[in-house]
Amino acid sequence: MSFIYLSMILMLAIFLGFELIRKVPATLHTPLMSGANAVSGITLIGAIAYSGNENLLLAQILGTVSVFLATINVVGGYMVTDRMLAMFKSK
Amino acid sequence: MLNTEFIINAVYVLSAALFILGLKLLSHPLTARRGNMLSALGMLVAICVTLIDQNILAYEWILAAILAGSAVGAFIAKKVQLTEMPELVSLLNGVGGLASLLVALAMVETDAAISSHLLIIVLLAIAIGGITFSGSVIAWAKLSGKVAKLVSSGSTVFTGQAIVNGFIVIAIVTFGTLFVLSPTVAISGLYLYAFVGLCVVLGVMLVIPIGGADMPVVISLLNSYSGLAACAAGLAIDNNLLIVAGALVGASGIILTSVMCKAMNRSLTNVLFSGFQAVKTMEMKIEGEVKPLPAEDAYYVLEAAQSVVVIPGYGMAVAQAQHAMKELQVLLEENGAEVVYGIHPVAGRMPGHMNVLLAEADVSYELLLEMDDVNARMETFDVAIVIGANDVVNPAAREMEGSPIYGMPVINADLAKNVFILKRGMASGFAGVENPLFFKDNARMIFGDAKDTINTIIRQFSI
Repeated sequence: MSFIYLSMILMLAIFLGFELIRKVPATLHTPLMSGANAVSGITLIGAIAYSGNENLLLAQILGTVSVFLATINVVGGYMVTDRMLAMFKSK
Repeated sequence: MLNTEFIINAVYVLSAALFILGLKLLSHPLTARRGNMLSALGMLVAICVTLIDQNILAYEWILAAILAGSAVGAFIAKKVQLTEMPELVSLLNGVGGLASLLVALAMVETDAAISSHLLIIVLLAIAIGGITFSGSVIAWAKLSGKVAKLVSSGSTVFTGQAIVNGFIVIAIVTFGTLFVLSPTVAISGLYLYAFVGLCVVLGVMLVIPIGGADMPVVISLLNSYSGLAACAAGLAIDNNLLIVAGALVGASGIILTSVMCKAMNRSLTNVLFSGFQAVKTMEMKIEGEVKPLPAEDAYYVLEAAQSVVVIPGYGMAVAQAQHAMKELQVLLEENGAEVVYGIHPVAGRMPGHMNVLLAEADVSYELLLEMDDVNARMETFDVAIVIGANDVVNPAAREMEGSPIYGMPVINADLAKNVFILKRGMASGFAGVENPLFFKDNARMIFGDAKDTINTIIRQFSI
């Protein structure tokens, strides 16, 4: 049942994503992509549990590297997006 | 006491709402920055609440990894030149893919007794993550040209490529099936790592045939994959927020991919599998001759112009001419002329690249018009200035049926009263196609470095 429930969430999220992103103007497509990089760093919250489990060394190493990589995405992605968006000014 | 799992999931709902709201605010340049902040806030609360998970026994490794990752991320975000955004986005796509791959691997290593349908999803996460990782590294190499000896920036095609790829896919499916059928036998680790390795190889094979002009499509597609990898990892480890966030990123990448493909009048399958077509010999002859114009003389035409449209391409970024162009824009405006910028969806090397570079040069976003808006009134412009763009203003796309770019939507610069083309020499663009625009009666070539040319014109204004 859980899988069906997750698929339902997935389907709704995809449709919502299409509707929202269609409205992003072409002029903001580069910040949209770097912002998407940041959001895809969400893997971080999945990796944390493995990185904090001392019972299995291999899984802990894999999880920790994953936390490191995903944090690069989150921090780098949001900061560079903010840097770009701050430049878009009106007359 | 409330149980921690309930609290975590309740906060995840809030995070998902913040991500969605953030994307919604990205629909206008005025609200976009606030949207990005909201999205970052959603991420922050999600990370914080995840730390109270009771399965976490020790925090040292987590905190060390987060600190190190933040330092690297902040350093990159501060240091990167905006001309290099395509390279950065490529790298981040790859990093995201690898992170999802590792989470899925960690899950397999932790729990040996997972049901087989769940294992299939885990393998899917590994496959998408692996392909995204290696594909993005190759895309980065092509864009940066730093390892040009190993990875050519053009398309690498060899005979039997499809067959080789077919074998790789068959091997991936075989090893995956073997692993799912017997995940606990001694040899299963071997199956799993063969599966991982082959997925990484497949990522390389899928991106090497794609050439320079198609890079905007590839980056967009890999952007989408990095989201889908997170999504698959979310299905595997049973995490709602990963699924929602991953799906939003996946949808974003797919929409951008389709925008890019439309702007080049090509289907996605054509971009991915055919390499860039060899240039056919053109059946039609280009009439007329190239008329060079010294930059000093361009001044007299611009001085009299009432309306000017600037059409930038990647060459503007290479010459770093955007700041000089902004200066010229101010002079023209003081002189009573209207100046707008016409931006083709595939100008530059990623979606929206030119807009960011011009915004950096302090050009107001209201002046950055899309292709259809400038085309609608192209005849009314006294001067069109083409800076470092070539294929996106090529009238062969309208006029010459034999041309490889025939049918591609272009900015009709040739329909303006005068066209100035700022260019180093007569070399053709990414697509390797001759450009009849250079030979039109109303076109003048101003040869030389675009930045120097514009500065020369600026000096004329101040005399």
